[in-house]
Amino acid sequence: MADSTDTRQLPKHVRRNIIDTMEIDTRLLGMIGAFIVICVVFDVWTGGRFLTPRNIFNLTIQTVSVAIMATGMVFVIVTRHIDLSVGALLATCSAFMAMTQTAVLPQWFGIELGSPIIAPVAIIVGLIVGVAIGAFHGWLIGYLTIPAFIVTLGGLFVWRNVAWHLSRGQTIGPLDGNFLVLGGIEGTLGATASWILALIACAFTIMLMINARRAKLRHEFPVKPIWAEVVIGAIAIAAIVGFVWILNSYEVPGGRLARDFRARGETMPEGYSEVYGVPYSVLLLIIIAIAMTVLAQRTRLGRYIFATGGNPEATELAGINIRFLTVKVFAIMGLLCALSAVVASARLTFHTNDIGTLDELRVIAAAVIGGTALSGGIGTIYGAILGALIMQSLQSGMAMVGVEAPYQNIVVGIVLVLAVYVDILYRKRTGD
Amino acid sequence: MALDTESRGTPLVEMRNMRKSFGGIDAVDGVTLDLYPGEVVGVLGHNGAGKSVLMKMLSGALSRDEGEIYVNGELANINNPRDARHYRIETIYQYLALADNLDAASNLFLGRELVTSTGLVDDAQMEAETRKIMARLNPNFQRFHTPVKGLSGGQRQSVAISRAVYFNANILIMDEPTAALGVEETRMVANLIEELKSQGLGIFLIDHDIHAVMQLCDRASVMKNGKLVGTVKVDEVTEDDILGMIILGKTPEKGTV
Ligand SMILES: Nc1ncnc2c1ncn2[C@@H]1O[C@H](COP(=O)(O)OP(=O)(O)OP(=O)(O)O)[C@@H](O)[C@H]1O
Ligand SMILES: [Mg+2]
Repeated sequence: MADSTDTRQLPKHVRRNIIDTMEIDTRLLGMIGAFIVICVVFDVWTGGRFLTPRNIFNLTIQTVSVAIMATGMVFVIVTRHIDLSVGALLATCSAFMAMTQTAVLPQWFGIELGSPIIAPVAIIVGLIVGVAIGAFHGWLIGYLTIPAFIVTLGGLFVWRNVAWHLSRGQTIGPLDGNFLVLGGIEGTLGATASWILALIACAFTIMLMINARRAKLRHEFPVKPIWAEVVIGAIAIAAIVGFVWILNSYEVPGGRLARDFRARGETMPEGYSEVYGVPYSVLLLIIIAIAMTVLAQRTRLGRYIFATGGNPEATELAGINIRFLTVKVFAIMGLLCALSAVVASARLTFHTNDIGTLDELRVIAAAVIGGTALSGGIGTIYGAILGALIMQSLQSGMAMVGVEAPYQNIVVGIVLVLAVYVDILYRKRTGD
Repeated sequence: MALDTESRGTPLVEMRNMRKSFGGIDAVDGVTLDLYPGEVVGVLGHNGAGKSVLMKMLSGALSRDEGEIYVNGELANINNPRDARHYRIETIYQYLALADNLDAASNLFLGRELVTSTGLVDDAQMEAETRKIMARLNPNFQRFHTPVKGLSGGQRQSVAISRAVYFNANILIMDEPTAALGVEETRMVANLIEELKSQGLGIFLIDHDIHAVMQLCDRASVMKNGKLVGTVKVDEVTEDDILGMIILGKTPEKGTV
């Protein structure tokens, strides 16, 4: 029998430096560092036009669609699969939703455009389509054991053209006004609600940290020093407040406000101003990010997803049905594609035939830049979102300094390969 | 011969006429084996004799073509690993069944995670339990937050063993548990087997080390080409007798049960 005090101390684990003491994920730190470098470089290059509230606002709403799908791609890649069909699936969901709101509901059910039930019904239709197609992919992969690469490559051809078939290649729009609220600029929380959101987020963060510390103390595990907790908490709160403050600094242009007032039959008071604040689409991304992180780290399903990626045989021997798990993973991916379709088509204000084209590659790139290993078993939700943000800021930055689109793509391609190489070097050094 | 098997009551497990073939090759061909409480039965045989396949049928990892499994005298319905766990059969697989990217606690509880009242995985509680069991099995073990990929062979083995021990197995299957271990760790496993045996567990031990089998086991069953050569009481036979069974498939005159 071992002496229990002996097992509790951690003599071999020497606290090496501050980052160690604070138990900060160095990979996260590296990604944030890369992001900051990109931002600063483009800000200098554009003479201060990159880090304006307006551009940051645009950057966030442009990132949402890819970021939402990237969180699902993490699960797919962690289980050693791949999904090449997400852009096409997005298009099919978008086509279904567009047809529902412009044709099916008004013409078959006589529901007038502008009715409050149009947007929810269209979104539900889109979600059902997304989940059904995703689950079908998962069934082909899990139960019929067709490789995911093939199933989703086939899916890419099929769903891209099912979308075309549904709309006969036409652009469908304008979409329902309530639906457009989820696109970004058409629907934002405004100043007050954004600050309330920030407040809730800060309170939530503090609560989580306190709970985590309590749990450790209860089991007499080592905890980090109080000052480290305070510093981390302060940084997190500063980030939340800073982000909301920037979005709250972006003023709605006067012309647009005047138009809104006119539309309501009022006149705009002198000196009236309004700010955008946090877009609903970004709020949606935040909710998805939290939900997916909880799913990944704190649920059995998440545990089994990672276990499967680490050792599928062992997971099966532990009594887990990994075939059904595959169905679930791809169904989640499908659900997220549908949510992305809502955001993407609402941002465009219509459904187009080429919506989501090449998104599969952006989504995979975002997940991989964010540290998801193609060999399976490793990946984080926040990493994928940061990966999407890094790619989007690279692309927007280059566009702002006048780099033409083909050259932008060349740079993104190089960055992808480089990011994976850096990740390999990092893993070699840290040994995990 | 069958004299004292009667007096021991019902066996913990009885496998009758187990059969499994892979594409025409009979990996296990009509094997009947039993195991009593507090008993260690060694399963021996050359490479490819069918030992692992037989045990995998008992642990639900492989389906069987034929045969019945009785647990405590009652016909048991074992078709997958979950069923086997239900009958409190735990297995330490020859090729350690661990998820390399997860830490010790996540591996120990894989498929049976402890959850909080809200249904979320309770990592702190699982780590605490893991620390407790490891303090017993491998007191030097400290690396609770590393993925098990980063552990040594012996440390990984103790994680695999702790899983079987933690869940109060009735029947334990150990498929070459010491194959990857050093002298010290091997002794540790031997002690553990003694301890579990004294608690009344039944253990199937697959091991190529005849000497270890002679020391740890009560009976030894030898397989050859998927068939059972015979089962002997180890204190009534010599190592040479067992070697003869393994190599020549010849049963000794005495000691057979
Ligand atoms: N999944 C499988 N598919 C096809 N054949 C298999 C499979 N598993 C085992 N076999 C075959 O069944 C036979 C018995 O294998 P088994 O693994 O039981 O041997 P073993 O006695 O455990 O050998 P060792 O001492 O090398 O572990 C071998 O001929 C093997 O090739
Ligand atoms: Mg074997």
